[in-house]
Amino acid sequence: MSFTEEQITRYSRHILLPEVGGKGQKKLSQAKVFVVGAGGLGCPVAYYLGAAGIGTIGLIDSDVVDLSNLQRQVLHHTPDVGRSKTQSAKEKIQALNPDVQVNTYEERLTAQNAREIIRQYDVVIDGVDNFPAKFLINDACYMENKPLVHGGILRFEGRVMTIVPNESACYRCIFKNPPPAGVVPTCQEAGIIGVVAGIIGTVQATEAVKLILKIGQPLTNRLLDFDARTTTFREIRVKRNPTCALCGPEATLTELIDYDEPEACAL
Amino acid sequence: MQLTINGKVENLDVSTVMDVLKAKDIDPQLVAIEVNTQMIDQENLETTSLKEDDKLEFLFFMGGGA
Ligand SMILES: [Zn+2]
Repeated sequence: MSFTEEQITRYSRHILLPEVGGKGQKKLSQAKVFVVGAGGLGCPVAYYLGAAGIGTIGLIDSDVVDLSNLQRQVLHHTPDVGRSKTQSAKEKIQALNPDVQVNTYEERLTAQNAREIIRQYDVVIDGVDNFPAKFLINDACYMENKPLVHGGILRFEGRVMTIVPNESACYRCIFKNPPPAGVVPTCQEAGIIGVVAGIIGTVQATEAVKLILKIGQPLTNRLLDFDARTTTFREIRVKRNPTCALCGPEATLTELIDYDEPEACAL
Repeated sequence: MQLTINGKVENLDVSTVMDVLKAKDIDPQLVAIEVNTQMIDQENLETTSLKEDDKLEFLFFMGGGA
């Protein structure tokens, strides 16, 4: 495939970079990224990936837009309240860049559908708000051998880590199991500074672009923690855990687990 | 003894990782702990002894994305 004049202009600031060039832009246009969650993290991730000319973006979310989402979920606008998040997000991405194919899944990611969907993509982004789903995504990506960019946000803080199966520490290498339901608050319960979602989401999108272009050093074996109160990033070195039940030498986890969902919070 | 906890130097009267959790009133279920970049399994919190200048990282669950 070759680029049109319009595309060459659209992507000119990428193409100018020696590390990207026409070849790299072509890689982006052929890449498929699966974004789990079209919320605080998923919105900035999908927005920037769309702008970057990622060929296919998969978006999964079963929620509809709520007025309280608009403080941070930048793909959803006031008239979208009550509409499907995936539809709302798809429209904005395609208005920004009609080159992008957006596949929408108006459902939850489950142990039943996760591997089959993830298999169709090159890179996966964790933009979900609950731990059972974070473990499910981690496990499914390991089983399908797909790189994952993990992200989390709460109050004034956020965290990113890139996971390359069999090469770097996975989420379970650090956290063995989800915390007991209800003990760790969600953004809905504890609040979140909206722009923290933007900071963490755009770091996740950066990681995805780097993974696709195979440039630089990925954020593997490092947890990047951000604190907006002090505007500090702290990097914590981690490594693969020989006792990891998923990716360790004596792994016992070979099937996906649907953990009990934590109680949904009243809006 | 002097320890570095999440990048900050602290002086605590402790001998094991579990002592630090108790001193700081942290629920062990909510945190993953690294001592000098080595992950410590939950079962070993009481038996993992600390020495002067050890570096600890308390990694708390950070959930939300929505
Ligand atoms: Zn692992």
